Amino acid sequence: MSAVGDKPRLARHATTPVRRFAITPTITVYLALAALLVIGSVLVGAQGGVLLDEGGVLNILTRSTVLGLVAVGQTMVIVTGSLDLSVAYLVGLCSLVAAETMAGRPSMIVPGVLLALAVAAAVGLVNGFVITVLKANAFIATLGVALILRGYLEHNYTGPAGSVPRGFQHLGYDRIGPVPVSALLMLLIGAALWWCLRRTRAGYHMYAVGGDSEVARLSGVRTTRIIVTAHVLCATTAGLAGVVLAARLGSGAPYVGTDAGYDLESIAAVVLGGAVLAGGRGGVVGTIGGVLILATLDTIFDDLAVDPFFKDVVRGVVLVAAVALYARHRLSGRPT
Amino acid sequence: MNEVLVRLVGITKSFLGVPVLRGVDLDLRAGEVHALVGENGAGKSTLLKVLAGIHRPDSGRILVGDREVTFAAPRDAQDAGIAIIHQEFNLLPHRTVAENVFLGREPVRRGQVDRRAMTAETRRLLEWVGEYGIEPDSEVARLSVARRQVVEIVKALSTEAKVVAMDEPTAALADGEVELLRDLVRRLRHRGIAILYVSHRLREVFDLSQRITVLKDGAFVSCSPTEELSSGQLVRQMVGRPLEALYPAPASVPGEVRLAVRGAGNGRLRDLTFDVAAGEIVGLAGLQGSGRSAIARAISGVEPFTTGVLELDGEPAKITGPRSAVRHGIGYVTEDRKGEGLALRQSVRDNALLVRRAALRGAAARHHADLGSLLKSVAVVARGPHQEVQYLSGGNQQKVVLGKWLAVSPRVLIVDEPTRGIDVGAKQTIYQLLRKLAADGVAILMIASELPELLGMSDRVLVMHDGAIAGELPAGASEEAVMGLATGHRMGEVG
Repeated sequence: MSAVGDKPRLARHATTPVRRFAITPTITVYLALAALLVIGSVLVGAQGGVLLDEGGVLNILTRSTVLGLVAVGQTMVIVTGSLDLSVAYLVGLCSLVAAETMAGRPSMIVPGVLLALAVAAAVGLVNGFVITVLKANAFIATLGVALILRGYLEHNYTGPAGSVPRGFQHLGYDRIGPVPVSALLMLLIGAALWWCLRRTRAGYHMYAVGGDSEVARLSGVRTTRIIVTAHVLCATTAGLAGVVLAARLGSGAPYVGTDAGYDLESIAAVVLGGAVLAGGRGGVVGTIGGVLILATLDTIFDDLAVDPFFKDVVRGVVLVAAVALYARHRLSGRPT
Repeated sequence: MNEVLVRLVGITKSFLGVPVLRGVDLDLRAGEVHALVGENGAGKSTLLKVLAGIHRPDSGRILVGDREVTFAAPRDAQDAGIAIIHQEFNLLPHRTVAENVFLGREPVRRGQVDRRAMTAETRRLLEWVGEYGIEPDSEVARLSVARRQVVEIVKALSTEAKVVAMDEPTAALADGEVELLRDLVRRLRHRGIAILYVSHRLREVFDLSQRITVLKDGAFVSCSPTEELSSGQLVRQMVGRPLEALYPAPASVPGEVRLAVRGAGNGRLRDLTFDVAAGEIVGLAGLQGSGRSAIARAISGVEPFTTGVLELDGEPAKITGPRSAVRHGIGYVTEDRKGEGLALRQSVRDNALLVRRAALRGAAARHHADLGSLLKSVAVVARGPHQEVQYLSGGNQQKVVLGKWLAVSPRVLIVDEPTRGIDVGAKQTIYQLLRKLAADGVAILMIASELPELLGMSDRVLVMHDGAIAGELPAGASEEAVMGLATGHRMGEVG
């Protein structure tokens, strides 16, 4: 790589890029979040409550934490043009691995966390391997892995197992002001993955593989390695989500991930955040916006004591409306 | 004699037992444009892919300098200084120019991609090739086709390529843009780059190249200096037989007006008035972006006219979308054969019957007894009606597209770049087919970037400039007259 590196300065004088302000999906999702907070405050206020008091903020952030962790990981694979449906079972599995390894002993906290993350990474490796080497479609491949995990969980567990030492529960319950420590952890992981996607080579290549894997391959990108990396990152963050849940619940629970529907919910959040399922577009910042919108909706509905079925209907409408809006935006921007 | 940078010796390659290359030799020299010609299926693309490290040859040697090498992956060829500009664009539309140029080789500084270096180096390369209008930070999707090509070339150069192979680089370009590309190729040559230039456009080949290698059916035919060849000799070597007059003569006198457009326009077009009679082929000329294709898309209902009147056989017709156009008897052969013209993974049969099944109702939609004669009338060469069209050559694919429209016997047929990227033999078949359709009373509107083709086929030529008709020229007009109108220099001249 010869002349690279010597002269960022040269470019300076010639460059006054005309940066037109574009309404990207990421901006849209945060505008929508702001609008939702205003509307929610008014609605909740009309019933004599306050949406954004300390309890409300805490509620929204707590709800966002675990889904946020799963969803930022999911962002990596979706950007790469893949998908991971095994995350929900993986969350349950990792909560069990962590809690059973710790078995109430403070000395086992670190090994417990590491083992849970290692199991998660291994599952991600399997996902990536099945998709790239066995060339199975990502949807089917990760669905298959999800079924395998379910079989294992159903055979070995009937309910919560293991226990987490009291000291480790701080991760689940401590907070700084209205901000839970676990939410900060989620944001930290989000920031790390953002940096990975937007600033590192691997991230550039994830966008490239998701945009057009053949173009990426012909340009010398090692597509297999990139897809596997994305899956390992996704699975590991899902594993971390399981660890956080174990800290919160005090023990491991086999169906904690599936009961909350983290598989489809995380995909919904990523898409709500402006990603395209076909890959190549989207990002961590948008995804976190999407997660916050879903969490805010839930909080508002709880405050208003709305029927849970109606809740799902509204979530569905929000999701469909968002995707339709992005699709429209994309079409109008298409040159001919 | 210039230094030989890359030499291919006795390359053979078969797919599923079918030999595609049978011992081909090729050498590429610094500062030389080496043209590679041959009919479709002659093995040009395969040879290119061998050079690019995409395919491994079954036998034969690849020498870089005097060192024998094997390419296991595209990256190995890249590292050896060989870059390929593929026929299909190899860019990510939603990434920036700089991101595309450095894809796979992003400069890294302190663990991060060094975006400033990337931008600066991209700008330097753009300026080096003499292209000042492209911003490294703009999204590729927002660039014109010609500029995307420049980005492709810059991408190739950024790998420190000494050898650049271009597969049909002008296939997607209009005449005015082709000129820019030619200048670019010449500049690259003067800077000591070896260029392998694959093209169906013989005029370009003669214009640009110093030597020409001819392939036929996967075998090496000849390699001679360009100045020792005439175009007649070259065509004979390519097809193995002399080519009769390429363009068939008009067989009929135009009849009644079938398609009449009166003061029509939309977002891209203004105030168009023209008509096309039964039995007539009217050519539409113009530079890329002049509105040629916009007319085709308007009449065929893709982006309909919003003002003015469109009449079919004297009756006003309201075209609201592609379906309504089809039901009015308007057929549209799109310029994007693979993207819009064919369902690539479907069979020849399903593609040929697609429009009929979609547009007609009841028994007429299910009718397929005439499939055999339909395919025969367009001269499709396929293993059978159940072969997937993605495995056909470009020429045969285009014949299937034409067959799809003939299946509903259109009154008006619009053909946009009907011979793009297909070989001389298939071109000739398509010319004859179009002429025969006209003789049967179809009104044909034809768009083509290659002026000799457009002037050879059309009974009249309408020249577009900036969304309006700049003038009309009779058959046999000169290319200069067309270009004059198309560039807006001389208004209304009748050649």
